[in-house]
Amino acid sequence: MRMKLNYRIVVFLLAIIFGLFFSIPSLLQTENGKKVTLGLDLQGGLHMLLGVKTEEATLSRIKSITSSIKHFSQRKDILVDNLIFDESGVSFNLLDSDDTKHIKEFLDKIEGAAIVINGENISLSLSQEEIEKTKKQAIDQAIETIRNRLDQFGLAEPVVARQGEEKILVQLAGIKTQEEEQRARELISRAAKLELMAVDEDRIARVHGMSHADAASYGDVILEDAKNSQIKYLVREIPIIDGGMLTNASVGFDQNNRPIINFSLNAEGAEIFGDFTGRSVGKRLAIVLDGKVYSAPNINERIGGGSGQISGDYTVMEAKDLAIALRSGALLAPIYLMEKRSVGPSLGAESIQASMIALIGGFILVIFFMVTYYRAAGVIANIALIANLFIILAVMSLFGATLTLPGMAGIVLTVGMAVDANVIISERIRELIHQGVSIHKAIEDGYSNAMSAILDANITTLIAAVVLYVYGTGAIKGFAITISIGILASMLTAILGTHGIYQMLETKIQKSKNNRFWFGIKGK
Amino acid sequence: MEFFKYTRTFSFMGKSKFALVLSVVLVLSSLALLAIKGLNYGVDFAGGTIIQVKYDKTAPIDEMREKLKSNSIFNGASITEFGSPDEVVIRMKTTSGDVTVDIGDVTREALKETGNYEIRRVDIVGPKVGNELREKGIMSLLLAIMGILIYVAFRFEWRFAVASIVALVHDVSIALGAITLVGLDVNLDVLAALLTILGYSLNDTIIVFDRIREGVTESKNLELDETIDESITKTLARTTLTSLTTLFVVFTLFMFGGEIIHSFAFTLLVGIVVGTYSSIFVASPILLWFGFDVKNYHAKLAAKAKREAEKAKMRAQYESGVV
Repeated sequence: MRMKLNYRIVVFLLAIIFGLFFSIPSLLQTENGKKVTLGLDLQGGLHMLLGVKTEEATLSRIKSITSSIKHFSQRKDILVDNLIFDESGVSFNLLDSDDTKHIKEFLDKIEGAAIVINGENISLSLSQEEIEKTKKQAIDQAIETIRNRLDQFGLAEPVVARQGEEKILVQLAGIKTQEEEQRARELISRAAKLELMAVDEDRIARVHGMSHADAASYGDVILEDAKNSQIKYLVREIPIIDGGMLTNASVGFDQNNRPIINFSLNAEGAEIFGDFTGRSVGKRLAIVLDGKVYSAPNINERIGGGSGQISGDYTVMEAKDLAIALRSGALLAPIYLMEKRSVGPSLGAESIQASMIALIGGFILVIFFMVTYYRAAGVIANIALIANLFIILAVMSLFGATLTLPGMAGIVLTVGMAVDANVIISERIRELIHQGVSIHKAIEDGYSNAMSAILDANITTLIAAVVLYVYGTGAIKGFAITISIGILASMLTAILGTHGIYQMLETKIQKSKNNRFWFGIKGK
Repeated sequence: MEFFKYTRTFSFMGKSKFALVLSVVLVLSSLALLAIKGLNYGVDFAGGTIIQVKYDKTAPIDEMREKLKSNSIFNGASITEFGSPDEVVIRMKTTSGDVTVDIGDVTREALKETGNYEIRRVDIVGPKVGNELREKGIMSLLLAIMGILIYVAFRFEWRFAVASIVALVHDVSIALGAITLVGLDVNLDVLAALLTILGYSLNDTIIVFDRIREGVTESKNLELDETIDESITKTLARTTLTSLTTLFVVFTLFMFGGEIIHSFAFTLLVGIVVGTYSSIFVASPILLWFGFDVKNYHAKLAAKAKREAEKAKMRAQYESGVV
C-alpha cells in the first residue's frame, strides 16, 4: 500500500526535526548549543529594582565645582573668602576685585553654570537643564558603575538594565548562599566615594565639644573613624581630591601582611595632590571613604606621583570588593531598593519538580483521553501535541528566552489547549462522516470548516498574550512567551501537521472502512 | 467513543431564562463580596514584604511570633502556614529601601533559636512599584478586552462583540468573587490567570459563534433561537471535551503544582468552568436579546457577495482586456 507524500507532512517533519534538534541542548544539558535560561524563580537568585536618589547627584556636582574653585584660587593666588555651597549653588567673596576677570574666565568654562557677579560677591548656580542633565547622568552612571562592579564580581551573566525612566533592574542568577547575596548587595550599593580631606589642625582639639552646626560655621565637617566611631575628626568641608580623579585601585599588603588598597590618581589629581602636600607639610591628611575616616597620616613631605593607600581592618575578600567598587567609580548618587525578590535554590528546584509533575500528569491524562475518545485520530493529535512541546522548547532555546514558573504553567496550559484544534477538527470530520460523505471529502471539508473557528480563537488568545507580554513584568512575561509560542506552534502541528498525516493515510483509511478504529465512531 | 450524537437538538435558548437568573445572582453576589470584603491585594500590588521560611520540622509559629516581637521592624507582621506545616510565610505591609540592610538577614537573626530552618524566599515590593504594577495590571485587563472587542467586531458583527464582552465581564467578575470568597492574595500570577481566562472563555464563545454564523449564513431558517440551539448542540462535544482536557491539566497544576502556583491554578479552575458555561448560556442568548436580525444579515451578506462578484467581473474584464 502506497502512502502519499504531501507538502504538509514534509513541513511537519521538518518542524519535528527542528524541534528535536534545538531542544536537545536544553533537555540533555549538553556543553554546547543554545539552552533555555531558567528564570530566577526556578534556579534561585536575586532580582532587584533600584532607584537613584538623583537630587543628591546635583549636590555632589556643586560640591565638586566648589572644590575646583578653591583649588584654582589657591593656585593663582586669588584671595577668596566665605566660600560656601548648598544644593542651590556656590557663593564666595573676592577680596581683590582685580581678580574678577580671571575668576570669571575660569567659571565660564564650567558647563551649565549661571554666574551672578554682585560687587565682590560671586555666586554660581546650575541651570534647570543642567540639573536635569546631572540627574540623568547619575542614573546612566549608576547603571554603568553597577554593571562594571558586577562584571568583576565573578557571577555568570549578571543583568543590569534600565527599566522605565529612572529605575535600574539588577538580576543575579546563581546566587547560592546568603553570604554571596550580602556581598553582592554591598558591592552594588556601596557609594565608594573616596575623598582626601585636610584635617583642620587649628580646631581639631575641640572636636568633641563641637556640634555639626558649629563645624559648619568654620567650613568644616565632623567625621567618624571607620573602626572606632568614638574617634572623631574635624576636616575641611571641601575635599582636596574626590573619587573622580581616581584611575586605579588594587589590593596590596602592608608590612604586617594585612590587606590594603593601593590607589592612583590621574594627572590632574596628582598635580593637586602634589601642590597640597607641598603646602601642608606637618599637617594631617584624612583618607575618607563613604563619609568615614580610614586613616589620617601626617604629611612629611611633598608627595608627587599621585598614589596612595587605604588601610583598614579588611579581610582579603572585603579589600577585593572595595577595590572593585573604587575601580568602577563612585556612585554619583545613592541608590535605594524599590523591589527585591530573592529565591533560594532549594525552592527553585522544588518549583521545577512540582511543575514537572503537573506537566507530565496533565500530559498523560490528555493523551490517554484523546486516544480513548478518538482512537487513531487521537493518536494523530497526540503526535502533534508532542511535536508542539518540542517546538516550544526549541524556539525558547534558540532565542535564549527565559523559562519561569508561570512559563511552566503556560506550557501545561498549552497541553490542554493545543489539542483543542484537533478536537474541533475531529468533531467536524465525525459530523461529515455521519452525513455519509466520502473519507476524502470528510477530511478536507472538516479541516476547512474548522479553520475559521480555530484561527479566530487562537488570534484572540494571542491578543491577550501579547498584552500580557507588554504590560507584564518579570516572571509573568514568561507565561506570555510560552503561551504565545505554544499557540503559534499549534497552528503548525495541530492544523498543518495532522492534516498532512490524514492526507498521507487517506487511501488506507478509505480501504479499511473501519471508522471505529480511525475516528472512534461506529462503522458505517 | 461518542458522548454526544447530533440526532436531536437540545433547547438551550428555552432554558436561557433560568441561566439568566443564575448568572445575575452569581455576578451580583460576586460584586457584593468584592464591595463588602474587598480584594485582598498581595505584596505585588499593595507593596510590602514576604518572607518564606521552611523548617525541618513543624514550624513553631507561636515561638516565632514571640521572637519577632523583639524587633520593631516586625510590627504588624503576620505569620501563616504555607502549603505544609513545615513552611510559613511572614507578611508585612512595610518595606525597607535600604540595600545593605536585608530583612532576610534581620529575620534570620531574630529566629536564631527557633530550630533548623532556611529562608527560601524574600519578596520586597516598595509602595511606588506596587502602585505601578496595579495600574499596569488594570491597564492590561482593559487593553486585552478592547483588543478582543475590536477583533470580534471586525470578524463577526458588533452584537457578537458586545455579547462576548458581556460574557467575559461575567466570567472575570465571578472569578474575582471566588478569589475574594476564599480570601486568596491577588498577585501578578492571579492577574495572569484572569487574562488567560479572558482568552480561554473567548475561545469557547468564538467556537460557538462561528457555528452560529455558519448556521445563519447557510440555513434558510429565520428563527435565530433555533439556529443557536442547533449550533450549540453541534459544538457541544467540542466544548465539553476541550474544557475537560484543559480542566485535567489545570487540576493537576492545582493539586501538584506547588503552593506558589496555587492561586494561579485556582483562578483558572474557576474561570474554565464559568467560561464554558458562559459561552453557552450567557454569550449566545445575548445575541438573541440584542435583536440580531437574521433577515438583515442575509441581506448584508447578499450585498457583500454581489459587490465581490462585481469586483471579480471587473477584474476578469480588465484582465481579458475588455476595459
